[in-house]
Amino acid sequence: MKDSTTALMVENRPVADFIAHAILILGVIVVAFPLWVTFVASTRTFDEIVNVPMALTPGTHLLDNYAQALSHGSEKGSSAPVATMLFNSFVVAVSVAIGKIVISILSAFAIVYFRFRLRQFFFWMIFITLMLPVEVRIIPTYQVASSLHILDSYPGLVLPLIASATATFLFRQFFLTIPDELVEAARIDGAGPMRFFFDVVLPLSRTHIAALFVILFIYGWNQYLWPLLITSSESMYTIVIGIKRMIAGGDATNEWNIIMATAMLALLPPALVVVFMQKWFVKGLVETEK
Amino acid sequence: MAEISLRGVTKKFGDNEVIHSTDATIADGEFVVIVGPSGCGKSTVLRMIAGLETATTGEIRIGGKRVNEVEPKDRNIAMVFQNYALYPHMTVYENMSYGLRIRRIAPEDIRRRVEHAAGILELAPYLKRKPRELSGGQRQRVAMGRAIVREPAAFLFDEPLSNLDAKLRVQMRLEIQKLHRELRTTSVYVTHDQVEAMTLADRMFVINAGTIEQAGAPIQVYDDPATQFVAGFIGSPAMNFLAGKREGDLVDVGAGVKLPLPEGLRASAPQSLTVGIRPEHLALGKPAGTEFRLKVETIEALGADSLVHALFGGTALVARIDGHVTPAAGEVLSFSVQPRQLYFFDAASGKRLRAPA
Repeated sequence: MKDSTTALMVENRPVADFIAHAILILGVIVVAFPLWVTFVASTRTFDEIVNVPMALTPGTHLLDNYAQALSHGSEKGSSAPVATMLFNSFVVAVSVAIGKIVISILSAFAIVYFRFRLRQFFFWMIFITLMLPVEVRIIPTYQVASSLHILDSYPGLVLPLIASATATFLFRQFFLTIPDELVEAARIDGAGPMRFFFDVVLPLSRTHIAALFVILFIYGWNQYLWPLLITSSESMYTIVIGIKRMIAGGDATNEWNIIMATAMLALLPPALVVVFMQKWFVKGLVETEK
Repeated sequence: MAEISLRGVTKKFGDNEVIHSTDATIADGEFVVIVGPSGCGKSTVLRMIAGLETATTGEIRIGGKRVNEVEPKDRNIAMVFQNYALYPHMTVYENMSYGLRIRRIAPEDIRRRVEHAAGILELAPYLKRKPRELSGGQRQRVAMGRAIVREPAAFLFDEPLSNLDAKLRVQMRLEIQKLHRELRTTSVYVTHDQVEAMTLADRMFVINAGTIEQAGAPIQVYDDPATQFVAGFIGSPAMNFLAGKREGDLVDVGAGVKLPLPEGLRASAPQSLTVGIRPEHLALGKPAGTEFRLKVETIEALGADSLVHALFGGTALVARIDGHVTPAAGEVLSFSVQPRQLYFFDAASGKRLRAPA
């Protein structure tokens, strides 16, 4: 059976190959074209962009546009420098990712390895919050943040996004696959619970942590609704909010070249994280042995 | 080195008592094998000694000290698990030294101990490898190395060879034997494999349904089983059993065969009995003793000897005969058994019937 499928796969069928490639290339174009337009727009002047039809080749103002975006922002919309926004977004994304991982790995560790009263109850409590997305609890969360006087600050941006049932659940599922004998061997070797956590559980979770970091970094980077609510001063804008603020009104009043440059800049860090962490992703998929 | 003793130890999981009141002593330096079918509670006994389970009642002592309330790490024992339980992300060296590092043993001392153990177990070339780069047998040796470097009072083995293939199992069995000869550390070894039990044990405990049915040297247990369960469990192929009815001083086992009841049993034997015959005691031909006529069903030719599966009346029996005799299926053969090689059991209780001393 296996042999016949392999044979099928290497079989030379030019027509099928052509159609398959055509569909795939078409798909790539559909996905990549908007990105290309964004890039082209970010290299041209405002006047060149609003000219119909817009040219589809890169222009000569790449450096001007990016430099202006990074240092002054848009002159017509929000004029906060994009560099600050990038920094804010970076702080939020990294803090959210690390915070979520730390909290969820510890709570999963507690739920899997400790017997305490109402353990099952707490597990279900965490699990049920999966059904409540940020948007549902956003008003009470805002009220809490306001009472804690953390509006318009990094803690306000980060803390409400940190609790994560999904990551807790993922770590729990992974911990359940670690054989009990490993825990027992560690107990006999004399490792206490936290020693076991740091010496055995944490190193074994490396690839899961890396994979989660990528997902959570992007999750944090792309947050829109919560930062929109909680930030009011320009110095606290994240880049996603910044783009929104730059779009002030009708087409003619927006500096599309600067906005597109900002969009390209917003795209870069998540893409880089995915590219650099890819090795770990693959490792996480291949390394099944515990 | 230490003596391990259990006094009135029981274990309940909920309302279910899985270990009934157990008394046992494992002498200093002794190699004891706990053997029994799966689910009989043998691992539970070992885990209670290790401290991974708590005894519901009773007292466990290691080296004369009560350990019921002592954590596993402070019991001065080392354990080898069936699935090796090596830390996958650590090298062989790190695996073996982990327990020592936690105990804050001096680094040069750790190095010396690990290298010594690696020498004994022929692991020296593999110290820098990760467990996944090793074969099953090597991994189990690392697990044993981890136990050895601790220099514990006792080794506890929980079915350590069950994950290995047959050939490796024989080899590792011999290595464990050799190891014990060198180290002379008190060892408790749990297995369901009676061959491992026979070959490794100084003494073995045969457990059935949470009770130690018999404790003794392997050959003694084999020759003189205390119950029908032990008789059937120890020995391969298993002992044949025939249901018998008492007729005065004879026991009728059906198909016209009546066996003489030994003189010592005549006063006490009940009406219904079970007669046990080991496959190797069924001798082809009729040199002496009682004759059994068996109808051959199949033959397993093993080379040195052959196992004849045959019917006696309605009961299937196994006989071990010379490998060069090859009877055909359907053939009727005569076997004989010496009266002193018959075992009599009380059919109701399963207890061996013994002549009063």
